[in-house]
Amino acid sequence: MSKYYLNYLDELESEAIFVLREVWAQFDNPVILFSGGKDSIVVTHLAKKAFYPSKIPFPLMHVDTGHNFPETIAFRDNIIKSLGVQLIVGSVQESIDQGRVAEEKGKNATRNALQITTLLDAIEEHNIDCAIGGGRRDEEKARAKERFFSHRDDFGQWDPKNQRPELWNIFNGKHFEGEHFRAFPISNWTEMDVWNYILRENIEIPSLYYAHEREVVWRQNSWIPKSQFLKIEENEEIVVKKIRFRTLGDITITGGIESDADTLEKIVMEVSAMRQTERGNRSDDKRSETAMEDRKKQGYF
Amino acid sequence: MVDNNQLLRFTTAGSVDDGKSTLIGRLLYDSKSIFEDQLEAIETTSKKKGHDGVDLALFTDGLRDEREQGITIDVAYRYFTTPKRKFIIADTPGHIQYTRNMVTGASTANAAIILVDARHGVIEQTRRHSFIASLLQIPHVIVCINKMDLVDFSEEAYNTVINQFEEFSSKMMVKDVRFIPISALLGDNVVNRSQNMDWYQGAPLLHTLETLHISSDINKVDARFPVQTVLRPQRDGFIDYRGYAGRVAGGVLRKGDEVAVLPSGFTSKIKSINLYDKELDEAYAPMSVAITLEDDIDISRGDMIVRPNNRPDATQDIEVMLCWLHNNPAKPRAKYSIRHTSNEQKAMIKEVIYKININTLERNIEDKSLTMNDILKVKIRTTKPLMVDAYRENRTTGSIILVDDTTNETVAAGMIV
Repeated sequence: MSKYYLNYLDELESEAIFVLREVWAQFDNPVILFSGGKDSIVVTHLAKKAFYPSKIPFPLMHVDTGHNFPETIAFRDNIIKSLGVQLIVGSVQESIDQGRVAEEKGKNATRNALQITTLLDAIEEHNIDCAIGGGRRDEEKARAKERFFSHRDDFGQWDPKNQRPELWNIFNGKHFEGEHFRAFPISNWTEMDVWNYILRENIEIPSLYYAHEREVVWRQNSWIPKSQFLKIEENEEIVVKKIRFRTLGDITITGGIESDADTLEKIVMEVSAMRQTERGNRSDDKRSETAMEDRKKQGYF
Repeated sequence: MVDNNQLLRFTTAGSVDDGKSTLIGRLLYDSKSIFEDQLEAIETTSKKKGHDGVDLALFTDGLRDEREQGITIDVAYRYFTTPKRKFIIADTPGHIQYTRNMVTGASTANAAIILVDARHGVIEQTRRHSFIASLLQIPHVIVCINKMDLVDFSEEAYNTVINQFEEFSSKMMVKDVRFIPISALLGDNVVNRSQNMDWYQGAPLLHTLETLHISSDINKVDARFPVQTVLRPQRDGFIDYRGYAGRVAGGVLRKGDEVAVLPSGFTSKIKSINLYDKELDEAYAPMSVAITLEDDIDISRGDMIVRPNNRPDATQDIEVMLCWLHNNPAKPRAKYSIRHTSNEQKAMIKEVIYKININTLERNIEDKSLTMNDILKVKIRTTKPLMVDAYRENRTTGSIILVDDTTNETVAAGMIV
């Protein structure tokens, strides 16, 4: 009987497929939150596997800050075409134009926190009762306590101290009108697992993850890409470096690392030797010790 | 990339005092699973709090309230990998008022680590944690006798704890118990073998976790396939395709097998087993697959595919060890939604048989109230039959939760006796 066990990647995959099918069975109107980053790409790949030979039976939703890498948007549009699913876009620029939110000011201003309003507005507008995300518990200490099925009240807020207990694999997605859920199929995956899985399944990812030459500025311990949105300070210098990105967020806050990893194999080797967490290059998490928890409570991803 | 290694989930229960956070910090630190920026963050906090050196326990701190109060309130999940295995730690609080969190963390665990302070021996908390491990049928229990440095690494102190533990645990259903003398603070026998305890011939904790035999933890004998959803693509090439999507909950299913579909009882044969575009000859727990059958039978979510000669009990009356999870106590004769695999019905708690004092393990037949953190044996009646196995035979088809329809909250979790 000894061959009847799964290796850990197969077990994680099986668990994620189970979660995605539960979402489909328990909710009327779910979406996948698709950022164009590797985690949401993996979730989308898993959804493809979960429902085959049917198409993914729900739309992908992108919260567009307007501060995108052009490569991410091209990638998004391609994947939508090849999957034949609907794309819903929530636009932060529109939220700003409508006066729903105000731009942050100052050198380190970002649109990161503004996404919360746009996301919640889009969820309400499209009557979404479950938003599936690529959040992982290993990413950040507040996420370590996240459930697979995570309840949000009618203000879209997370109450971490009053979460529904989640036992075995029995998920309770019951909710009242106006409330919604977040579902996290890859909760139990680490960054390493995601990369090993991308390699094993040969999943296509944006070119930004591979080492490439780019104009960058050294800021807050990482290489911030030059873009039309970046205000260059007097003491800063634009240089060309061979870099790659470990995570993809807004072009204004996502720092790259110097790297020669231009194939998936090399990326996996590089990540396995990393001594810094991937969010170490994200200035949005550096604002305070509980920055992530505070944003999540308000409705962040 | 190591491709043949398994995933092991273990739970740790305990409070700050018995060094649980230090132990987890030590496991992560010595197995090189802590990143530099995480280490810098806890170094900064250690200094702020005026600790000497790095307080490894800080690594497991989570939410703002927990950091402020210095205790774990909720279940937190931690991850680390060694060349042999991937590990998921469900880190739970140990105090009696958090019994429900311990139960939650224990529900998916292959192994439980129970910490005993070598100076104090077996105490109430040890009994409580061991009882929960046995109630939730965690297959492997590792008793870590911690703070050996504070008893001069004495073999006698270690043996005293073992004797105390064996005395009370003989009444419990724990199949595999091991004892390891450790010092989480200094690292003895956590990842590296202790230089201070030559008398201990066993393996350090990490090596034990890496080599536990867990392939038999899941039932591979009784085939059970709860249907989650039906796939009907209705597109070119798949016009007549009707796939039953689910995760195998027990046993092995093979192409060509004769099967029965419950509750209807209709029989058919497995035509194909698919995972994405791959066709498989067989599927076993816990694989997620899609199954097609030779015959067109009406099957929907909540049904279960099994073998005709090996069926679960189809019953409306179940006896359950119930853990009450919610602040609001149970209302007498109230109706709840009951969830069992992918099946959902209405249910009523008909009778409380007894309540267990989880410190003394005594049964109380007088007190019939169901309040938060209580563990009781109850009789439940459902509106329609559930297809159940005893929890000790199958943790998936032997478990239920109760949901209060007025609040939508999960109020209780149960193990079918």
